[in-house]
Amino acid sequence: MHTCLSPCADIWNTPKRLIEKAREQGIHIIGISDHNAAENVAPALRYAEKYGSGEITVIPGMEITTAEEIHILGLFGDLEQVLEMQSFVYARLSGKNEPEVFGEQIIVNEDEEVLGFNEHLLSGAISASLEEVIERIHSLGGVAIAAHVDRPSFSVISQLGFIPESARFDAVELSSSITLKEARRRFPEIARYSVISSSDAHYLHWIGNATTEFLLAQPGLDEIVLALKQKDGRRILME
Amino acid sequence: MGTIVLKEIVDNLGLEVKTCAEKLETTKVSGGYVSDLMSDVIANSKEGDLWVTIQAHQNIVAIATLRELSGVIIANGKQPESETLEHATQENVPILLSNLTSFEVVGRLYQMGLRSS
Repeated sequence: MHTCLSPCADIWNTPKRLIEKAREQGIHIIGISDHNAAENVAPALRYAEKYGSGEITVIPGMEITTAEEIHILGLFGDLEQVLEMQSFVYARLSGKNEPEVFGEQIIVNEDEEVLGFNEHLLSGAISASLEEVIERIHSLGGVAIAAHVDRPSFSVISQLGFIPESARFDAVELSSSITLKEARRRFPEIARYSVISSSDAHYLHWIGNATTEFLLAQPGLDEIVLALKQKDGRRILME
Repeated sequence: MGTIVLKEIVDNLGLEVKTCAEKLETTKVSGGYVSDLMSDVIANSKEGDLWVTIQAHQNIVAIATLRELSGVIIANGKQPESETLEHATQENVPILLSNLTSFEVVGRLYQMGLRSS
């Protein structure tokens, strides 16, 4: 889901409110994935600390726009990894945000206080290819997911027409507007991948519009990786 | 090259006008640009350009506003999302539709005398 750091997301999507809304919806694991930035991951992790482990787990993430304007969801094991990914992205992202055109990019803390505004053009694309971005995510220890493959824009299928074999995705994601059955009919090639479904929440009320149920020993990215590979009894419970 | 009034282009190509019908007579088109990559349009289009694309999501309006383009032709019969039209109306960006391919649209604009600015 997106925080108020993403220019296209609602300014009320503070880490605190996202977490409270997710808890209200009975969600135990959320991924924070702003466009080309990760400054609001730390406050989300800190806010989640006030609850016991197992109540709510925050996975650090980022939704990266490749040179082909494909959105890739990178999920990481810890804050350090996602911040390293952010450095990789910033080194390849040009332009300055125009808040009146694209929206505000608000950096906050866990108490919803505004710390500043991100000035990068987060709506832009970075100068690295799909394959390069996936390779970087993997080299940092993260998971690369093809974002909202059913959407008519910014998905690997909308941009390239198909999912190339050279793109070593760990899973594909569906938006809340399509069922798994319908997606399998329209995009038969997703049969090669594990499939998750998420809300991609840009507004608080989107949270819970789509969720993925996992069978895990405990919440966390390492367990999710096992589930994506259907290893050691971990798996995705979905239909 | 001289400029062309947007209304003339709309009539010549038989475009469907989705937004800003009232400003077609007063909007001057000084050049053309064709691309489906947002980042490319941000980097290379020029003020006053008419942009031909098959992208139909709301970011096209943000880019047209940012680059002060004279309008957007969505080619190939693609239908814009409702948010795109809402934003375009707010931001005064003419959105025009064509059933022709981008290739055909650009060819006809060129024939009318429009060039890259």
